[in-house]
Formats: sequence, C-alpha cells, structure tokens
Amino acid sequence: MNTASIDPSELIACPNCDLLHAARQISEGERLRCARCGTKLASSRPNAIDRLLASAVTNAILIAGALFFPFIQLDGGGTRQSATLIDAVSAFGGGLTTPLVLVVAAFIIVIPFMRASALIYTLWPLRFGRAPYQGAARAFRFANILKPWSMAEIFIIGVVVALVKIAGIAQVSLGPAFWMLTAIVLVLLLENHNFCRWTIWQTLGKHTQA
Amino acid sequence: MDNLANPRKTYAGLTARKAGLIACTTCGLVEHPREICQRCGAALHSRDPQSFQKTLAWLIAGMIFFIPANLYPMLITNTFGTEQKSTIIGGVIELIEYKSYFVALVVGVASIVVPLAKFAVIGLLLASIRGRWQSNPYQRLHLYEITEFIGRWSMIDVFVVAILAALIQLNFVASVNPGVAAISFALSVIFTMLSAQSLDQRLIWDSMNETSNHE
Repeated sequence: MNTASIDPSELIACPNCDLLHAARQISEGERLRCARCGTKLASSRPNAIDRLLASAVTNAILIAGALFFPFIQLDGGGTRQSATLIDAVSAFGGGLTTPLVLVVAAFIIVIPFMRASALIYTLWPLRFGRAPYQGAARAFRFANILKPWSMAEIFIIGVVVALVKIAGIAQVSLGPAFWMLTAIVLVLLLENHNFCRWTIWQTLGKHTQA
Repeated sequence: MDNLANPRKTYAGLTARKAGLIACTTCGLVEHPREICQRCGAALHSRDPQSFQKTLAWLIAGMIFFIPANLYPMLITNTFGTEQKSTIIGGVIELIEYKSYFVALVVGVASIVVPLAKFAVIGLLLASIRGRWQSNPYQRLHLYEITEFIGRWSMIDVFVVAILAALIQLNFVASVNPGVAAISFALSVIFTMLSAQSLDQRLIWDSMNETSNHE
C-alpha cells in the first residue's frame, strides 16, 4: 500500500496495539473498537462535554465539602470527638504519622481536586463553543496523568477496614464527609462512562491546528 | 485504497508503525514522524525506546521495597501502656482472629496477592517482549490491563494505617503509629504503578506483525 497518500488525520490508531483504523463519524451511543484487540477507541455520548464538566464541578464541590464537614466520630474512654479531614491531617502525630498522612491527603484530596480543576479549565470554554483557554492541551494532559493517582474509591474501602479494626477500641460513627467521598466515587463512575479522550482531543485539536 | 472507501473496514494488519506513521499515546493523533505531537505537545515515539528499561527499573525498585514492607511492622499500637507491633501478614491474621473474614480477605488480597501477582505479570510481559513471543497477544494485553487497573487497590492497607494513626491521635486511651513498613509499602505500590505505566503495550504486538503478515 502506498502509505504516503494516506491522510493521517483520517486515522485512529489503537493505543494498545497500534493497528490503524479509518476515523469516521460515529453515531450517538456507538462505540468504535479496535478490530484486533477490542480496545475502545472512541465513543459518542449525547452531551458528553456537558456531562463531563458537570461531573468535574460536582467533584470539586464535594471535595471542598469533604474537607470541612465532620468525617468521623469517635466515642471512647468517656470522650466523644468528631474530626474533619483537616483535623485528621493536621493532628500532630509522632514519627511517621505526619509524612504518611500527607501522602494520603495528596491521593484523596489534592490530586482529585487538581484533576477536577484541570478538567474544568479544559472543558468550560468548549462547552460554550468557544476556543479553549491557553494551555488547555497541557491542562487536559495533566488531568489524564493524574487519573490513576486519584484514589478516593480506595480510601473509602480503607475507611471501612479501619472501622472494623478499631471496633474493639472505640465506638465510631461516620459523618457527612464520608458520604461526600462516597458520592465522589459515584460521580467518578459516571464520568468514566461518559469519558472519551479521543472526542475531547478532537475538539481541542480543531482549535489549536486551525 | 478500497479500505478508505469503506470506513468500517480496517487496514488489515497495518499498524501505524508499518505505515510509517506515529500514533500519539497521549491524545491518539496519528502523525507523520516528528519529535513532539502537534496536537497535545507530548513527546512522540512510535515505541517508547526506554519503555523496557524504565519498566524493569521501576519493577525492581517496587520489589525491593516490598521486602521491608513485609519484614517491618506496619502498625504500632499502644493500648493502656502495652505496645503491640503488627506486620502486613500479622494484620491479616489478626482480622481472621476477630472473625472478620471478609475484611481479612480484602486486605490479604490487596496487600499480598495483588502486589505479588503484579510483579509476576510485569516480569512475564517483559520476558514476552524480550523473547518476541508469538502466542496469545490478546491474553497478554488483557493481563496488562488488569494489572494496571488493579494495582492501585494495594494502597488500601496504607490508607487503613493512616486513618487509624490520624484518628487515634485524637483519643487518649490508645495510640497508633505507622511503622516503617507503611512507608515502604506505599513506595512499593507507587513504584509498581510507575512500572506498569512505563510499559508500552504496543510492544506486545510487534513480534506478531512481522511474521503473521507477508507482504
């Protein structure tokens, strides 16, 4: 085949096996899969950008809320204490407690918040059909790099395990911040469902290459 | 060029590399060879030339940190003046003794089974790439995807320790402190995640193309 005559912009390559496919307009609700390895190449969801933007904004608000509402309540040794995540992070612990708690705070608060902000920055002008803000490509790349490091869902399971372990020492009950984190996990699931990296890059590319 | 006329059809067996093109792994754009992707600005490689070394290096780092993670205490508990240290496995055994079998299973799988399986899978994938294996590329890709998806879940035990330490600081009956293993284990998980991310999964398919298609 004479490859020089192919216009690369009409192609989608599978990110997992490098096989080339002809890019075409996909209808709503349809998914384009790699013919060789089955990887999802692109999908089209109605109002995908609206939905993604909505999830990002919801997430940012929930994270902020989760910081300031009580996360957990402890009853033990005749005292009752409720703690927010900020209390937990700033509780002055000895030894390795502080570095460990800071790392955990990065995974469940800082990184998810930065990711939500980067997504909002990327998607906001697109949603209104305007040209993307300066550095939008970098922001969206950054958001995608952060994705595996945003670990709210794992933290939720961690809280449940911690409650089982602590049961002998103190009575513990969950506060609103815990349920906010649970909501973040649900929003992230919805976001995954609507997320098509290819479509967003196409939209971003229309403006940067034109 | 019939293939272009029929958009549903793929170019049978033609990869971007064979077509002399490069697909950006970050944004998916297919481009003529250049240094940096013109759409997203990421470095453009047909195959990441350092993928193998980076994956191997992070894997070794992850395995090394897994050793102290299992030898040193994860959690140091002080209840009414008596100190108790528990390792990762000790913590799982303790949960079994409390008859919390399901939670013990979750923690055991996340902290012991998943990391070991991850080392094995990444090692296997590296061997298959170096050895140019022809068989089961689909299954190998699938193993890779599972590994990448599940690896983060090993963090559960680190979170548990951090939660206990932060919470019980607030209470004076008992005190809980993380041990050296908590940090080692967190680093081991992070390094193994970086290892999986460094692997260019397109390498799995490369030995296939060169023999299965005679052009």
